[in-house]
Amino acid sequence: MKAITETLDIEAIRKEFPILSREVNGHPLVYFDNGATSQKPQQVIDTISRYYEYENSNIHRGIHTLSQEATTAYEEARKTLQNFINAKHEHEVIFTKGTTDSINLIASSFGKKYLNEGDEIIISTMEHHSNIVPWQIICEEKGAILKVVPINDKGEFLFDKFEKLLTNKTKLVAVTHVSNTLGTINPVKEIIDTAHKKGALVLIDGAQAVPHTKVDVQELNCDFYAFSGHKMFGPTGVGILYGKEDLLNSLPPYQGGGDMIKTVTFEKTTYNELPHKFEAGTPNIVGGIALASAVDYINEIGIDKIEAYEHELLNYATEQIKQIEGVRIIGEAKKKASVLSFLVEGTHPTDIGTIIDKLGIAIRTGHHCTEPLMNRFNIPGTARASFAFYNTFEEIDTFINALKRAVKMLL
Amino acid sequence: MTIKETQEEIVEEFALFDEWMDKYEHIIELGKELPLIEEQYKTENNLIKGCQSRVWLHAELIDGKIIFTADSDAIITKGIIALMIRVFSNHSPKEIADAELFFIDQIGLKEHLSPTRSNGLVSMVKQIKIYSIAFQAKT
Repeated sequence: MKAITETLDIEAIRKEFPILSREVNGHPLVYFDNGATSQKPQQVIDTISRYYEYENSNIHRGIHTLSQEATTAYEEARKTLQNFINAKHEHEVIFTKGTTDSINLIASSFGKKYLNEGDEIIISTMEHHSNIVPWQIICEEKGAILKVVPINDKGEFLFDKFEKLLTNKTKLVAVTHVSNTLGTINPVKEIIDTAHKKGALVLIDGAQAVPHTKVDVQELNCDFYAFSGHKMFGPTGVGILYGKEDLLNSLPPYQGGGDMIKTVTFEKTTYNELPHKFEAGTPNIVGGIALASAVDYINEIGIDKIEAYEHELLNYATEQIKQIEGVRIIGEAKKKASVLSFLVEGTHPTDIGTIIDKLGIAIRTGHHCTEPLMNRFNIPGTARASFAFYNTFEEIDTFINALKRAVKMLL
Repeated sequence: MTIKETQEEIVEEFALFDEWMDKYEHIIELGKELPLIEEQYKTENNLIKGCQSRVWLHAELIDGKIIFTADSDAIITKGIIALMIRVFSNHSPKEIADAELFFIDQIGLKEHLSPTRSNGLVSMVKQIKIYSIAFQAKT
């Protein structure tokens, strides 16, 4: 435990996140809802302020200096994101509103072009609603079939079942890299390789993975990778869709508007090249630039150190919570990211969340937008603590004590 | 006692609690004491789905007065329901339809009625009003 703690100066890191020093309900904030959204370091907040104070103008169309500066900053941000996920080309990095938007883009454009009646799309039981519903919509429209890979009681992806579900009718496999509810890290590399052998393409929902672990899209060889800015210490309303160049070129546009066209006449419009083809309208310019600032921040700390430290936090929290009588952990996969979902016998997650909130502790309760997964475990929801690198072992102690107090009140 | 008087009485009772902890302990107690809804009424029809906790609400018109019974799988929600029932149950449809709900605010539990809480309580209040209007039409 000590080795990593010594290489990361958590106290200094915490000072860089202004919100972490506030109080909630008269107690120092313990923020364990990082799976829902992460907090923002000062440098990201400063980037946002600076943009509006100094650079603000529209991009890709102005002749004046401000517009050129903003365009440069936005396109530099794209390069930063390209390097972050090791994409081959910068135009393979599409700015979107977030993971949900990225998945909807592919479901719509890929579906239109490649999906026919009787074709199949495969997802898994642990998907977030945003990696279920877009596929249901396009499958219904096209008469395609949505198949679901089951999981075991530990919350692990059943690979042999997946292999059996794959057929030559499977056009696309869409699975999450890390489960937001269970913390399970899926064997995405193996999933991608296996799907490719059958001729199916693969989209990875990386919303929960990117803030915690190194992602290299070329090494993974995924066809599409989607993630959000706000879960990785950047602002809300911005995210990324990575796609392989050839594939993105072959897809029809998702939305029409400014910036995505080459020429427009009433008879025929020709579309702009990548990445602009998929970026209709004025984008979230400051969002993109501030997201790059968040990437710089992650890089300064080092994603490997972040992952190792968060792993220690998870192990410690898991050990501690198991000491409480009646606790049942939901999600006990061998490979887990820093997500701890649990139930306490005889209590409802909402009640626990309500009481510990009064003690300054923010966790999430409910179905976490994974209703089919809750049905799989036959539970209405869970309480979920999810950790980031600015959390501490002391905070876990505070949380455990608060949890004990809540359970005592409720039973 | 009128609906208004019962609410004022509850506000007075809660004024005794200085600490949030005592307040919540009291609500939890009320939740535990709430008479169980008859199993036959715990139907899909009577279920008010919130995002987080589930609430069942059953209403019957007896001698011109509406009798509410309710339940929830979350105990704090259930405690607040017990208070709601104390306020609204056993009144005429017109009295309920005309009543203004103010005690939740005044005892410092407003957050439980905020839309973000999504615990089914907001929908429960709406449903109580809908029953009162529906029964008013019948009587």
